[in-house]
Amino acid sequence: MLNALTITQIYVPDQDQALDFYVGKLGFQVTNDMAFGPMRWLTIALPGQPDREVLLEKPGPPSMSEETAAQVRDLISKGAAGGHLFFQCDDAHQTHAELKERGVEITEDPVDQPYGTDFGLRDPFGNHIRIAAPRVA
Amino acid sequence: MSRSSEETNRRLLRARDAMDRRYAEPLDVATLARIAYVSEAHFIRSFRATFGETPNRYLQRRRVERAMFLLRSTDRSVTGICMDVGFSSLGTFSRVFRDIVGEPPSAYRRRGPLPPVPTCFAMAWARPSSFGEAPGE
Repeated sequence: MLNALTITQIYVPDQDQALDFYVGKLGFQVTNDMAFGPMRWLTIALPGQPDREVLLEKPGPPSMSEETAAQVRDLISKGAAGGHLFFQCDDAHQTHAELKERGVEITEDPVDQPYGTDFGLRDPFGNHIRIAAPRVA
Repeated sequence: MSRSSEETNRRLLRARDAMDRRYAEPLDVATLARIAYVSEAHFIRSFRATFGETPNRYLQRRRVERAMFLLRSTDRSVTGICMDVGFSSLGTFSRVFRDIVGEPPSAYRRRGPLPPVPTCFAMAWARPSSFGEAPGE
């Protein structure tokens, strides 16, 4: 039966801008960047976890009509498209400070939770990201 | 939906994120409109068109959601919580809380502690709905 979750997908309206953010600011590496018919198959992964990839898919034809793609982009820009990414780090305050320094749009500063300390941000398009440092027992 | 409406959405989302983050401050429309780069009158109108409720109502729900959380997760006084979440008068807090939740803060508190969920989801899903929400009224 199933033994691993390998790729998850999020929608990004602009794949180059997505790379600037996910690779340039969050520290991802590109694992695949190739033409798959009219689609640019673009996956990224964290350096320490190369087999857990995120597919950065651009909504548009022929996968969906331009009208539908516009609806998808509309939802992304309202922060309602789903595709939340949850990350772990060692030190939430330090990571928060580093990302803020890089000009990332922070939506919530670090908060202490029963499970650890976490904070929130958005990618340039409106997708939501959460980064947590788990509580050390 | 055009690219420019996505830009507008994204800026309005930034103002909404600011309400989520800075709910405890005395946020006014002028401050929020500046974040969204629109005039005050246009801000209220376009926020409502985009997210389905006025900015004031959204902020009230955010504050009440935080109050709901604090009432059931801390033993801080109702007056203290009222001030913590950004209301400046206990009378307004009690009325808005009751209108939205359907019972007074003290009665809501007696329901007991809440399960741990990542903040962003608690915020999105524990936030009381906008209209006609008070059961049995």
